[in-house]
Amino acid sequence: MTKAAMNPQQSLTQRLANPTRFMELSGRVLPWLAAAAALLIAYALYLVFFVAPDDYQQGQTVKIMFIHVPAAWLGMLGYALIAVSSFGYLVFRHPLADVSAKAAAPLGAAFTFLALATGSLWGKPMWGTYWVWDARLTSMLILLFLYFGLMALRSAIEDDALAGKLCAVLGLVGVSILPIIKFSVDWWNTLHQPASVIRLDGPTIHPDLLWPLLYSAVGFSLLFFALHTKGMRNEILRRRLRSLTMAEVDRARTVSATAAAE
Amino acid sequence: MSAFWTLLKRDLLLQVREGGAVGTALGFYLVVVTMMPLGLGPDLNLLSRIAPGVLWIALLLSALLSLPRIFEADDEDGSLEVIATGDLPLELATAAKALAHWISTGIPLALLAPVLGLLLNLELSAYPVLVATMLAGTPAISFLGAVGAALTLRVRRGGLLLALLVLPLYIPTLIFGIAAISAATGGPSGFQASFLILSAISLFSLVIGPVAAAAAIRFQTQ
Repeated sequence: MTKAAMNPQQSLTQRLANPTRFMELSGRVLPWLAAAAALLIAYALYLVFFVAPDDYQQGQTVKIMFIHVPAAWLGMLGYALIAVSSFGYLVFRHPLADVSAKAAAPLGAAFTFLALATGSLWGKPMWGTYWVWDARLTSMLILLFLYFGLMALRSAIEDDALAGKLCAVLGLVGVSILPIIKFSVDWWNTLHQPASVIRLDGPTIHPDLLWPLLYSAVGFSLLFFALHTKGMRNEILRRRLRSLTMAEVDRARTVSATAAAE
Repeated sequence: MSAFWTLLKRDLLLQVREGGAVGTALGFYLVVVTMMPLGLGPDLNLLSRIAPGVLWIALLLSALLSLPRIFEADDEDGSLEVIATGDLPLELATAAKALAHWISTGIPLALLAPVLGLLLNLELSAYPVLVATMLAGTPAISFLGAVGAALTLRVRRGGLLLALLVLPLYIPTLIFGIAAISAATGGPSGFQASFLILSAISLFSLVIGPVAAAAAIRFQTQ
């Protein structure tokens, strides 16, 4: 294993795709990644609570935005990561790609849920209700359902390798239909109700609010990648443990079989 | 290509001779639609307003019930593995089986819809549009459903999982089916646009469905 990792004939991606190599590298990177995430989020929160002004209309509730927006963006990033990993697993058969897809699903689902939960908490004081059938909210909810489907399919199949392949198929089908779902939900929303929600558009947001948002977005992204790396490491260890257990069971079986034969 | 037609004919014959399969979906459709007024109250004005939505959602659920049948029986008696190793590309085989599902389930459900529309006091002018949108939209249900059926083929009690996987994928079909009906019955204009998009979604799933289903079956029969 270690010999293969050092083979100079292999391309960079091949070397990175080697689980041993990945464990070694990620073990070194992970503490830095986690520390950077913690520092950036702490700094962003400091800016949010002590520096950034309240919105003149929304008051303090605007502070929800600094969690809500990064969570929504990471919820979508999670599915993109699953799609890329699924493609990598089906086409190049990298075992790490499957590990990455598996680790990304609960993370993406958690951030999507966080975006929905903070959004509804924000919606109560702003729109007077916890839930509006707004196009964005609806498509985030459907994204959450897609995550649930992926996780449920994986947990329903016992064979790890088969579960990975089938989830990759589902992930690719999902990502090819996702734009159509998004488009149809937008269409449906404009058909049923006129846009009633005033939103902060990117360029119109004041710099005093924009900078904390950017710090928060980068901090939460780093947190996502740190958690994703950790999740991948856990999964690799789990698989190794499993194959060790299986080998042990096999050995015990042969021993008892020879003992019975004698 | 003759293998494709043979497979399609075989599946349709099995559906007819087996009995029960088509009838169960139709019966379920009838019962679900009947439950709606019982839950919502017998107000005919309300019912006539929500009739297209009720009919579409009930149709999705009824079609969903019959999806596992696309591959299940063939997997149990081993003929799916024979088909998978035969000369016909597995993509075409899954396409034939999904097409058989559409003909044996999608079309009968779409044709039953106007009868159930009577129960819900649907406007008379909406009947042709209702059937047209359902005929244009149900292929997507069969072909995307084939993917779900293939993915959950070897999962024990996979029916519920199948619903969770497949229903979100049906959202565009549902939205544009309803949009086309409400546009045709005096809503904002744009029946043609909605109907064309609905057809486009069906054509899209016609391509993606068999390919993904074939991949899923190949992994499981290897």
